[in-house]
Amino acid sequence: MSSRPPPGIPRPGAERARSGASAEGADLAVNAHGLVKTFGTNRAVDGIDLSVAEGEIFGILGPNGAGKTVTLRMLATLLPIDGGEARIFGYDVRTQPHAVRQLIGVTGQYASVDEDLTGRENLWLFGRLQGLSSRQAHRTADDLLEKFHLTEAADRPLSRYSGGMRRRLDLATSLITKRALVFLDEPTTGLDPRTRGQMWETIRDLVADGCTILLTTQYVDEADELADRIALFDRGRKVAEGTPGELKAQVGTSSLRVQLADRVVARAAAALAAVVAHAPPDVAPAGTGFTVALSDASQATDVLIALRQHNIDIANVTIEKPSLDEVFMTLTGHPSGTPTWGPETSEA
Amino acid sequence: MTATVTDPPSTPSCLVRHTVQTSVTIRDTFAETKAMAWRALIKMRRTPEQLVDVSFMPLMLTVLFGFMFGGAISGNTASYLPVLIPGIVAMSTISACVAAGTQLREDMNKGVFDRFRSLPIARISPLAGPMMADLVRYALAASVTITMGMIMGYRPGGGALGVAGGVLLAVITGWSLAWIFMWLGTFAKNAGSVQGMSMMIMFPLAFVSNAFVPVNTLPGWLRTLVRVSPVSHVVSALRDLMNKGAVTMQVGWALAGCAAVAAFFVPLAVRSYSRQA
Repeated sequence: MSSRPPPGIPRPGAERARSGASAEGADLAVNAHGLVKTFGTNRAVDGIDLSVAEGEIFGILGPNGAGKTVTLRMLATLLPIDGGEARIFGYDVRTQPHAVRQLIGVTGQYASVDEDLTGRENLWLFGRLQGLSSRQAHRTADDLLEKFHLTEAADRPLSRYSGGMRRRLDLATSLITKRALVFLDEPTTGLDPRTRGQMWETIRDLVADGCTILLTTQYVDEADELADRIALFDRGRKVAEGTPGELKAQVGTSSLRVQLADRVVARAAAALAAVVAHAPPDVAPAGTGFTVALSDASQATDVLIALRQHNIDIANVTIEKPSLDEVFMTLTGHPSGTPTWGPETSEA
Repeated sequence: MTATVTDPPSTPSCLVRHTVQTSVTIRDTFAETKAMAWRALIKMRRTPEQLVDVSFMPLMLTVLFGFMFGGAISGNTASYLPVLIPGIVAMSTISACVAAGTQLREDMNKGVFDRFRSLPIARISPLAGPMMADLVRYALAASVTITMGMIMGYRPGGGALGVAGGVLLAVITGWSLAWIFMWLGTFAKNAGSVQGMSMMIMFPLAFVSNAFVPVNTLPGWLRTLVRVSPVSHVVSALRDLMNKGAVTMQVGWALAGCAAVAAFFVPLAVRSYSRQA
């Protein structure tokens, strides 16, 4: 898989970083080549290349066991790298982990906060560990509790926090000192839709502040919603990369779905549409209508005019854009939500 | 690559406070260790049942050993106490150290350790912090034992100063030997296996010593083994301090033994911990 130059809409931060760079790859927040991680005989991550520009939200999308989390943990100095090399803002992850750790923030898949402490105590502790004075740590804790709507629960032990509150505290803890690159491992898995929306807002705010985000997700809509660029992972490999628009373009353009008033003519109508659109139609199982792929949007008009000319009445018409789900399906042969069965899933 | 690796050309805009440093200063390390110790002390306060092994255990041991073996070993309980109490002080501090390893393992299996590992802090801080907090446990174990002994009729000849010296030596011993178990904790699979391995080390360490019985009653080979055991030196030193108020050669040997154990196991534990980071 060749790594493409970062396309898409560069944010101001990315633009500036790129123009000021003199060394190859040093302008990139993440620059990794041929990353490998093996657990026993299982290659959990099998030659991944990644380049993330400064100031963008980069999404890694894939099913469970695709190697998303393992990749992220290697980049965040939490797992030794078995092969390949990775640099964070030019610092080698393997040989300069201490420098890398000063630039990154990590929010894990499972809340990486202390279960036995209260919310306030957690924020104070991690403030102190990041060089704040006791008073500064208290002030930062208060600010963050306020910002993440946790003030009321501040002195409750974490065992009495809901999943969403825990996740918010977790993210707040990552933001005690501003980090240039924030890793978010499945930030919204298991959250209700409202909390999920709040999390997305927070993530966007971070980028507005100039942070770079590398997030993993198994939700196609989340990647579509947030990410400037997406890499699709499957069985430890990167199967595609690009902006959401580019990826969707890979499975063709829109399709036309027609529901007919009279189901008797469905097959005839579909055959007619096929001739006009030059594509095989898909007749609905109940014979109520058909779907046909369009190579360009104006073909929709041609199909509809042809139906009118043959006096076929239409009940409903919709034009459907391809979803990332379809992209995933096309590239891997299975939907993104289901785990890839095989040795990958046995890995912890 | 034209740029040097230590000084990349781009300075990220999100970076407000930091300039990238290559190592952690001693001062920062101490502050981090203190913060970690604070965390451990809060946990101790919230789960007081963690203190059972340093309160009820030494209490029970003192009563049981005093009344059961006193007559057989020294003729009566009262004359056994000066031999026994320093032995129990040593034994209960050693068994109190085992918890350091199991607790570290339990902690490391939790998500929060991921965050510790991802922070630019000294690798020793997450280990040294709980160790600092555990000093409270060793002091408690020693004090409970001595108090119970005095209730049973033990009158330390070394006076208050000698007893204070004894408690201090017990705390130093606990801190040094705990690094062995800390090291086990860094690589074991789970808390249970740390416990298992620790028991195999702890029991011979505590019992193959002069803690409970006079050395001259032992068979020759065992006598040799007991004489070289660092725990025996600690027990002898405790007896000298508490019963005679004397800072003898044994105290020197005990401290030297503790220093040797720490010098060996601290780097081992930190290296093993960092390897997993």
